[in-house]
Amino acid sequence: MNWRAVPNFRAVWAIYRVEMARAFRTVLQSIVSPVISTSLYFVVFGSAIGSRITEIDGISYGAFIVPGLIMLSLLTQSISNASFAIYFPKFVGSIYELLSAPVSYLEIVIAYVGGAATKSIILGLIILATASLFVPLHIQHPVWMLAFLVLTAVTFSLFGFIIGIWAKSFEQLQLVPLLIITPLTFLGGSFYSINMLPEAWRTVTLFNPVVYLISGFRWSFYGKSDVSVGVSLGMTVVFLAICIAIVAWIFRTGYRLRN
Amino acid sequence: MSSTNNSPSIISISGVTKTYATGFKALKEINLDIERGEIFALLGPNGAGKTTLISIVCGIVNRSSGTVTVDGHDINRDYRAARSLIGLVPQELTIDAFESVWATVNYSRGLFGKPPNPAFVEKVLRDLSLWDKKDAKAITLSGGMKRRLMIAKALSHEPRVLFLDEPTAGVDVELRQDMWAMVRRLRDDGVTIILTTHYIEEAEAMADRVGVINRGEIILVEGKAELMRKLGRKRLVLELRSPLTAIPDAFSRYALELSPDGGQLTYTYDNQSERPGVASLLRELEAAGIQFRDMDTQNSSLEEIFVNLLRQDP
Repeated sequence: MNWRAVPNFRAVWAIYRVEMARAFRTVLQSIVSPVISTSLYFVVFGSAIGSRITEIDGISYGAFIVPGLIMLSLLTQSISNASFAIYFPKFVGSIYELLSAPVSYLEIVIAYVGGAATKSIILGLIILATASLFVPLHIQHPVWMLAFLVLTAVTFSLFGFIIGIWAKSFEQLQLVPLLIITPLTFLGGSFYSINMLPEAWRTVTLFNPVVYLISGFRWSFYGKSDVSVGVSLGMTVVFLAICIAIVAWIFRTGYRLRN
Repeated sequence: MSSTNNSPSIISISGVTKTYATGFKALKEINLDIERGEIFALLGPNGAGKTTLISIVCGIVNRSSGTVTVDGHDINRDYRAARSLIGLVPQELTIDAFESVWATVNYSRGLFGKPPNPAFVEKVLRDLSLWDKKDAKAITLSGGMKRRLMIAKALSHEPRVLFLDEPTAGVDVELRQDMWAMVRRLRDDGVTIILTTHYIEEAEAMADRVGVINRGEIILVEGKAELMRKLGRKRLVLELRSPLTAIPDAFSRYALELSPDGGQLTYTYDNQSERPGVASLLRELEAAGIQFRDMDTQNSSLEEIFVNLLRQDP
């Protein structure tokens, strides 16, 4: 029997199940707290400040910020889920079992990234449902909405996986999300249209990859976007490809795993 | 499956080296064959390279050069086949603290690609006296129970080779006896066991063969029978009043050695034999007018052999 040709689906399922079980065990942290913070955003930005901003591109401000809010949570949760999932066994040392198991790198990535992405997609849908309690929502392109949701969740779970392998301390684990992702998300047009910025800043903003994610996602809701949806999709796929390349390099060299 | 299943060695390590990124040479050219079904004890002081060697065989650490096969399967080319045969119990107690005993053992089985088998997992837990703790979270277990849980995880996927890295470090006497009994049961079932230890009594009590590793080199591999022969040897050392130039011919039937300065005579004998000959030697020496001012007897224990080996190793 050619062992190399037999994928270890049971291992993928075992890892995936443990990851999902952790989400349900820490339901307060995984589900409830993002729902509460989203509601707070609606209260503060949607009602308090939003009542003074009438409409953007013909969309009420409350509704306008929904895709951005979902993206905000999707990015941060995908990264933190995946980075924690692989960093924690490294930290306590239980990673030995994963490394000594007959599992391929691809299977490890599918299981961990799949688990992290599933959790953040579920979360995104919960936030969407929460948002619908505050503002009337209509989704013009539901299939594309789901596609952006899945693509973003997978991409940023992969990114989180890379951070989790790279990080040597809990501080480093928090560093990238805190110093890079959160600012990029806030500056990526979650709460405004980048067309509202002065020309110079608008150009700078176009170097922010999160702009494309939010713009594309918002288009799937309202059919209106800051940048064309093709470019949005293209940029997301490029970022996904970069993450896949880095993960492949990590596994080929054993970087911070087998050295 | 492999065509090499009839080979006597289940693990074959040849020319394995490991140099860490810092330049530290953890392993220098290791060659070692582990025989099918044996209990092999790898002895060595802390930092000798025991854990590095095990980690390489199990796939946790990449080697710098050399080849390793497990039951004929190369650990890189055929890593699935090689790794699925191995169970590893590492030295550190590293368990996901928030998982239940039952969940974590079943997870291990799944990770190694085995179909669910609650009856088998139950048997493993019962054998290790963990059954009544099956729903407890790992964090609530005592140190000894955590150690047994690690063993349960390793056994959950029915390995043919079991690595026990310092299995009894910090373990109380009773648990140590239980563990030894378990290891013997596994061996009776045909499982090959490789244990690392720096407790020599453990190697003496358990092993069929002993390997000694020091500073990244295997400096001795020997069967326990051979070691027991050495263990059974005793030395009588006589400090002579006046030095001898040579051992008189009359004493040729004794295994005597004269120190280079002629002042010390050493008689090595088997203390388990009916007639060790100590009394007759002393009588004959007196008769020949060879007088001594002091005498001493020494046991050559495995511990002593071990210490000497390490001392000789430059």
